[in-house]
Amino acid sequence: MKPITRRNLIRTGVIAATGAAGLTAAARIAQRYGLIPPDHGGLYGPGETLTYASQRLLTKHSLAREFPRHMISKSPFANPTIPPGSAPKPHQVTGFSDWRLQVNGMVAHPASFSLSDLKALPFRSQITEVACEEGWSYIAEWIGTPLTEVLNAVGVLPQARYVVYNSIQQDWWDSIDMADALHPQTFLAWGMNDGDLPPSFGGPLRMRIPRQLGYKSVKFITCLTVTDSMKHFGKGLGSAAPEGGYAWYAGI
Amino acid sequence: MASAANPETPRHSALVRVTHWLTLIAFLALLITGVEILISHPRFYWGETGNVNTAPLFTIPIPSSRDTVPTGYKTVLPDQNGWSRYLHFQSAWLIVITGLVYVIAILWSGHLRKDLLPEHSQRTWRAYREVLTSYLRRAPPQDSEAHTYNVAQRSAYLSVIFILFPLVILTGLALSPAFNSAVPFVVNALGGRQSARTLHFFVSGALLLFLIVHVAMVIHAGFTSRVRAMITGRAVESHESEKVEERT
Repeated sequence: MKPITRRNLIRTGVIAATGAAGLTAAARIAQRYGLIPPDHGGLYGPGETLTYASQRLLTKHSLAREFPRHMISKSPFANPTIPPGSAPKPHQVTGFSDWRLQVNGMVAHPASFSLSDLKALPFRSQITEVACEEGWSYIAEWIGTPLTEVLNAVGVLPQARYVVYNSIQQDWWDSIDMADALHPQTFLAWGMNDGDLPPSFGGPLRMRIPRQLGYKSVKFITCLTVTDSMKHFGKGLGSAAPEGGYAWYAGI
Repeated sequence: MASAANPETPRHSALVRVTHWLTLIAFLALLITGVEILISHPRFYWGETGNVNTAPLFTIPIPSSRDTVPTGYKTVLPDQNGWSRYLHFQSAWLIVITGLVYVIAILWSGHLRKDLLPEHSQRTWRAYREVLTSYLRRAPPQDSEAHTYNVAQRSAYLSVIFILFPLVILTGLALSPAFNSAVPFVVNALGGRQSARTLHFFVSGALLLFLIVHVAMVIHAGFTSRVRAMITGRAVESHESEKVEERT
């Protein structure tokens, strides 16, 4: 062991102070550029923040892989999030004609869209993979209205940082940052493989976020809320997932 | 070797000791959480896609933590994926940062060249054969082996550091849809998402195999003295204690 000398003490002190100042500066920069996830606290916060920050820097403008038509899965798996067919049934009887999508929060013109209102906006399709955090996956063609079209229609205020989305399942809601909300492949999907989106896959309306795992692509969407802070939604962790122990950001 | 002659020189440098134990902690966390995540879908596929509606490449005959997976068991295990995924990625960060520090340091200090790359005289099949036969005869290690690595050890360590760890990191990253959007080359080169997942499983298995053999060899060589060397840095506490250990 080296003896503790004044020189060593001073050197250690300077290194520690530089390190602390560096960390504080890094945290401030990360906060400013939106690199800190809402579930950054707790035991796994450091890892979660590193993952979110690095993937945000790496994937700012990247597009999820799209596949040729012949790679569309013949037998996609409809993960039952609720007892199959139970919840959207009342709407199904009426052909989803009474389905409404509310858009509110930090927008210039809060609005309510019917499915035909949504379909009247410019729509697109993508052939992308749904990857579940459990490990399985399938490829499908998704037809829908890019979320940006809806956000443009209502006029998002400049201070917006997240879009919160709710479904007919009261306890299952989620949110994405503006990088994903404004991403060209983020859809409000209402069609799948050249047909209507079946209820087992989230019909009549599901979120589709191909740069994140399947659980972010919430089914049966009924409401969008634009906000500058996740503090007042649920426990303030960004979505229902962290309240059940799962990460808010699911890019990995 | 110079280090063998001078008892003041530590058997393992402080950097090697610290990174060794950090890697062990991170690896065990990755292993346990990886098994937990695997339990939620103990089926493996080849290619881009795969799910319970498609034929698996192979399945692990265990119950699952999801009732949607046909396992043949009535039991559905509790879901551990939430914390397992959080801890898996946090440990991945720890092991990647530790590994980068280690690799830069061994390049810088010459540890890689001096102690890990096989010496010129060792680069023969004969040298391999001699080491392996002495292992098979379960011959006790010679005194000199407390201070240097033989060619089998060097090859194993180099494979783990420069082949298995990079592979397990790449196959893991290829499971991230966001990473794949930025760097599609990796997942495509591995043959698709499900191929990457299957390879991630096998490379992790190879790393686990290394861990088991490594611990077995440490026990063979003298568990207490070798572990003490990796904690304190000192190969031999004193000549007396070494003698006592050899008798026990």
